[in-house]
Amino acid sequence: MSKLNIKSGLVEMAHGSGGRVSAVLIEELFVRHLGNELLSQGNDASAFEVPAGRMVISTDAHVVSPLFFPGGDIGSLSVHGTINDVVTSGAKPLCLSASFILEEGFPLAELEKIVLSMAEASSLAGVPIATGDTKVVERGKGDGVFISTTGIGLVPAGIHISGDRAEPGDAIISSGYIGDHGIAILSSRQGLEFGTQIQSDSAALHELVADMVEAVPDIHCLRDPTRGGLATTLNELCKQSSVGMQIREVDIAVRAEVRGACELLGLDPLYIANEGKMVCICSQKDADKLISVMQGHPLGRDATIIGEVVVDERQLVVMQTSFGGQRVVDWLAGEQLPRIC
Amino acid sequence: MKYVDEFRDGDKARRLAGRIHNEINPDRQYRFMEFCGGHTHAIFRFGVHDLMPENLKFVHGPGCPVCVLPAGRIETAIQLAESEDVILCTYADLMRVPAGKGDSLNRAKARGSDIRMIYSVTDALSLARENPARQVVFFAIGFETTTPPTAAAIRIARSEGLNNFTVFCNHVLTPAAMHHILASGEARIDGILGPSHVSAIIGSFAYADCCRDYQTPLVIAGFEPLDVIQSTLMLVRQVNEGCFEVENQYSRAVSETGNRKAQALMAEIFEPRPTFEWRGLGSVPDSAVQIRPAYAAFDAEQRFSMQAAQTADIKGCICPAVLRGVSDPVDCKLFATACTPEEPKGACMVSSEGACAAYYSYGRHRAEMGKA
Repeated sequence: MSKLNIKSGLVEMAHGSGGRVSAVLIEELFVRHLGNELLSQGNDASAFEVPAGRMVISTDAHVVSPLFFPGGDIGSLSVHGTINDVVTSGAKPLCLSASFILEEGFPLAELEKIVLSMAEASSLAGVPIATGDTKVVERGKGDGVFISTTGIGLVPAGIHISGDRAEPGDAIISSGYIGDHGIAILSSRQGLEFGTQIQSDSAALHELVADMVEAVPDIHCLRDPTRGGLATTLNELCKQSSVGMQIREVDIAVRAEVRGACELLGLDPLYIANEGKMVCICSQKDADKLISVMQGHPLGRDATIIGEVVVDERQLVVMQTSFGGQRVVDWLAGEQLPRIC
Repeated sequence: MKYVDEFRDGDKARRLAGRIHNEINPDRQYRFMEFCGGHTHAIFRFGVHDLMPENLKFVHGPGCPVCVLPAGRIETAIQLAESEDVILCTYADLMRVPAGKGDSLNRAKARGSDIRMIYSVTDALSLARENPARQVVFFAIGFETTTPPTAAAIRIARSEGLNNFTVFCNHVLTPAAMHHILASGEARIDGILGPSHVSAIIGSFAYADCCRDYQTPLVIAGFEPLDVIQSTLMLVRQVNEGCFEVENQYSRAVSETGNRKAQALMAEIFEPRPTFEWRGLGSVPDSAVQIRPAYAAFDAEQRFSMQAAQTADIKGCICPAVLRGVSDPVDCKLFATACTPEEPKGACMVSSEGACAAYYSYGRHRAEMGKA
């Protein structure tokens, strides 16, 4: 069987044919780096024992551009993103699947970097990639690499975290600085490069969430504020729980560099994506305990209470501005685009 | 953040607002038009009107570049993108502005036209260099702030011999619009918060005629919330004293004569258009510029056969009245029902600088209580 020329080779249509060339790619790139007991079974379907209890499943397609950005790449992001979706139920993530859509002509060396990054993220998190698939599309019909991952998790007994459980009086907690991921991506996007120290916050939050759930089993809601940012996540929760929210701008952590970039581009940090943050809603009586547990974990060190759930039939998120006024924090309309002047 | 936080200090804002409360005459109304969408945005984003007395009202002006562009010009651009093999590029908000029959540049893009969002006119030049076999058309809009960069791009294109770069020019002039609004008198304005970035280019002298002719005070105001409050205090004082002068609160950026270099550049490339159609204001004489004959090779309207499109106003939409300062967004039957930022019917619901979008996105808690 021929060897894969990773150093200077390119993805070819044959790599997705399902034939021998595909097998070489899978063996020398995917199995070699991602290999684990489940993947090594070599079957179309990986078999594993199911523990008793409630399971959760979540899926996420990753199409980030650029593929490599300060603080991460599409490989680690596709692992972190799905783990974080799984743990918003309070679950312990068990395993992931990964589907690759590769564009003809994509350098194999870059693909290997991405797979190595996935392997590292998956092994650090202790969540194996149990099954995978690879397809190749013609040049011009993809954007290098798309990765779709699905995760399965086991919810500990007695935990019932859901977006419809926010109740008036509940505390709203944010796990730290917002907007880092989106600004890191924008700063490296073609046509918009600007110098910044900002790194993506991309990280797997399963340990942080495990600590939180252990300390306060009755967490009402958890959600990771990815696309659409904190503002969109809060609006989603308001709608799902039929409540309103009152938040305080002064308590929402935003780095000076992120604020600066947002000012320049006419963007609002509340709408910028995060990939390593968690929004949590719990009873006021549990809030202090939860904050101290979160602050004890490196990924929750800057956790703060940013506001309260209120009764509001209109389901609005209203913010007390640091300036002293009040304003609505609305859903994101379309893409968040820079202003003209 | 230096140079920003200083101008967003809540304590200073309350002190300044306290002076307005002390000095305002409770027996009269004060109607101040903030000319620019940047001011409208700041007023709503920071909740400035929460700090103002009941008898002081901000009236929103026409200074939102995408809001005042008539739908017909967008339709003309869509027709160009669909009939010729061009790359049409423009600034972001314009992509979503409704043209006629529910169309927009975004929808034309989805149908297959090569329409691209750019961050700067220099991106359009780069596209022209990278695609020598294709025509790149820059859909240029905006007031005097965005006009000098367009002029610079045309000059660069000529010096590089970039024969595949043209500009669809829709640049408009601020003082002409101000004259038009004050001359009609229908907005009943007692004072104007004058443009900040525009004034950095054209200088504060540019408004002297307006103030004198219509006996209306004007204070050039920065875009930060403290700028807006301080400028409002300055207007209150002028009104109380019966003055109608141009004052400059935004002295950290604006001089009396403005940026001469930018003015010279604009004069080299552009000449006045005899008349131009504004959304809301109708045809306003000498209110826009066009590319001089010497640069006709870079004028998309000369290069291509572009059809002037007339689009009927959207039924029920009161954007025109909002842009003239005659109506508030909440007076519109479509507001927050048929017209939302997701599905805008009128241009003022698109850009965050548009009055309707500002009401909807930041002030809906107030709007729905009828207190906007």
